[in-house]
Amino acid sequence: MEAPAVAVRGLVKRYGEVEAVRGIDLEVARGETFGFLGPNGAGKSTTINILCTLTEPTAGEARVVGLDAVRDRAAVRRRIGLVFQDPTLDAPMSGEQNLRFHQELYGVDRRRAPARREEVLRTVGLWERRADPVSTYSGGMRRRLEIARGLLHSPQVLFLDEPTIGLDPQTRSSIWAYLAELHRHAEREEDRITVFVTTHYMDEAEHCDRIAIMNEGRIVALDTPDALKAQVGADRVVITTEDDEAALRSLRAEFGLEGAVREGAVSVAVPDGAGFVPRLFGRLGVGIRSVTVTRPSLDDVFLAHTGTTIRDAEAGAGPSMHPMAARMRGR
Amino acid sequence: MTSTLPTEAVRVPESSLATEARAAAVVWEREMIRFVKDRARILSSLAQPLLFLFVLGSGLGSLLSSGQGTGSVRFETFLFPGVMAISVLFTAAFAGISIVWDREFGFLREMLVAPVSTASILVGKALGGATVATLQCLVLLALAGLVGVPYDPLMLLAMVGLIFLMGFMITALGLVLAARVRQVQSAMPLVQLVITPLMFLSGALFPLSGLPTWLAVLTHINPMTYAVEPLRSIVFDHLDVDAATRARFDPGIVWGSWTVPVALQVVLTAAFSLAMLGLAVWRFRRTE
Repeated sequence: MEAPAVAVRGLVKRYGEVEAVRGIDLEVARGETFGFLGPNGAGKSTTINILCTLTEPTAGEARVVGLDAVRDRAAVRRRIGLVFQDPTLDAPMSGEQNLRFHQELYGVDRRRAPARREEVLRTVGLWERRADPVSTYSGGMRRRLEIARGLLHSPQVLFLDEPTIGLDPQTRSSIWAYLAELHRHAEREEDRITVFVTTHYMDEAEHCDRIAIMNEGRIVALDTPDALKAQVGADRVVITTEDDEAALRSLRAEFGLEGAVREGAVSVAVPDGAGFVPRLFGRLGVGIRSVTVTRPSLDDVFLAHTGTTIRDAEAGAGPSMHPMAARMRGR
Repeated sequence: MTSTLPTEAVRVPESSLATEARAAAVVWEREMIRFVKDRARILSSLAQPLLFLFVLGSGLGSLLSSGQGTGSVRFETFLFPGVMAISVLFTAAFAGISIVWDREFGFLREMLVAPVSTASILVGKALGGATVATLQCLVLLALAGLVGVPYDPLMLLAMVGLIFLMGFMITALGLVLAARVRQVQSAMPLVQLVITPLMFLSGALFPLSGLPTWLAVLTHINPMTYAVEPLRSIVFDHLDVDAATRARFDPGIVWGSWTVPVALQVVLTAAFSLAMLGLAVWRFRRTE
């Protein structure tokens, strides 16, 4: 049987007194897009650095496509692509020169190299700009070039650490469109690349097949985005009516539901919001002006598992709580 | 070209001497690309040695000829190999320390996470620095005739070889210095701090004859001295000078009463270069 793309058992990483990763277990299948979610300082970057052979774990085991990230360092590196949180491009060189440099560094077949460069540059939409110095690229273009470079040596696993940080929403969604493109391109099953991505944007995690939520060095939840949201439970149906008091009474009598009036609207929690709306219209008996159905978001999931919103968690975690961030800044 | 290209996977080969050599070669190539693009750097780093050669050379030369005299050799001729060394010193040290900028802009990470050894990356850097330093010196070598140094092809070839070796040594030294420098702002002062004494204590600007003891000791423990002296020795071999003048201006390096042969000086320089490179690799492995 083929080894999983990523297998982590009992992983611990300590920086002096600080325990950045506190014993995590994780398995990512081949071809999966796996999201690693959590606030800054949750231990995401440390975990990804261990998997990329850049940091050695204090305890536990990390395997990438069946190879040990500590003992088979070079072998792991040949099989993975990396896109770091901080840019790692050479600005005076052109986009294509950066890619050629990478190919030489990884020793890929010279005869196939130009075709492969063209392929990845077209995938990320930078073929027309290939001869321009990277210094003339926008932030989003640089990110795309880094993703192209990460794919250049046909890695089995592509690791991306916060690939969309600091980018505007439009560029962020285009980056995700390119990542989705990767899976569509692979025609054969064995060519399907595994994408392992960390983010602290909740909306981005929706693009993943499965996500792990990490908080304070531990994985607190791991499942598909839908399953995680289903665990949190109910949809929220918010209606504005002609008579809120009558609507509340009717909800209790007809459906056995306890509604609440908030900001001039009646709000009620139901398991299947979309299916509930037609019945609501049929039996409420009070004029309805508008209906909004809200599905639970991953923010709700994060809140349910950690007792805090991701934004508050970030505000609480200062630089001192995040040894990796401090180290990176020092570079 | 159509946009539907084969999506056949590219394989990254197992590490071998060939893949390591390719990595070093591409790092070297990048140094060349940067050198060619940075015309301001080329011009500014040529200005300094030219000032040394023609302004300091003429100024001190006239002073010397009014006193005891410089015998059968012009002071500028004496200074010529020293000015080469100064040019190499600054160019190569800058090439070595430039890895601090690579770290600042993140490109060092791209190089160090590749499945090749740190040694290959740093060898590429050191060869790049040596090449850039040598290319700069070619311009100075072209001016040899102006200061009374003959255009002897073999001599010029030997000088190019010695300059390359010196460039490699100084770039490797720059890499050692750069290993722990985290801030771009502190890189240049550090280079000045190390390079300036190396320059003044090397015999590049004055002969090693008749020095006070403290200065003699310092020049003799300076590795740069052993890189400069072969250069001067080969120039004097091709000059028409009497023995007394040569003894004053090119006394060689003397340990106690033993004159160190030029060949051994070159071997010492090569050994020091390798030691610096090894130290740089060790320090980069530990810190990155």
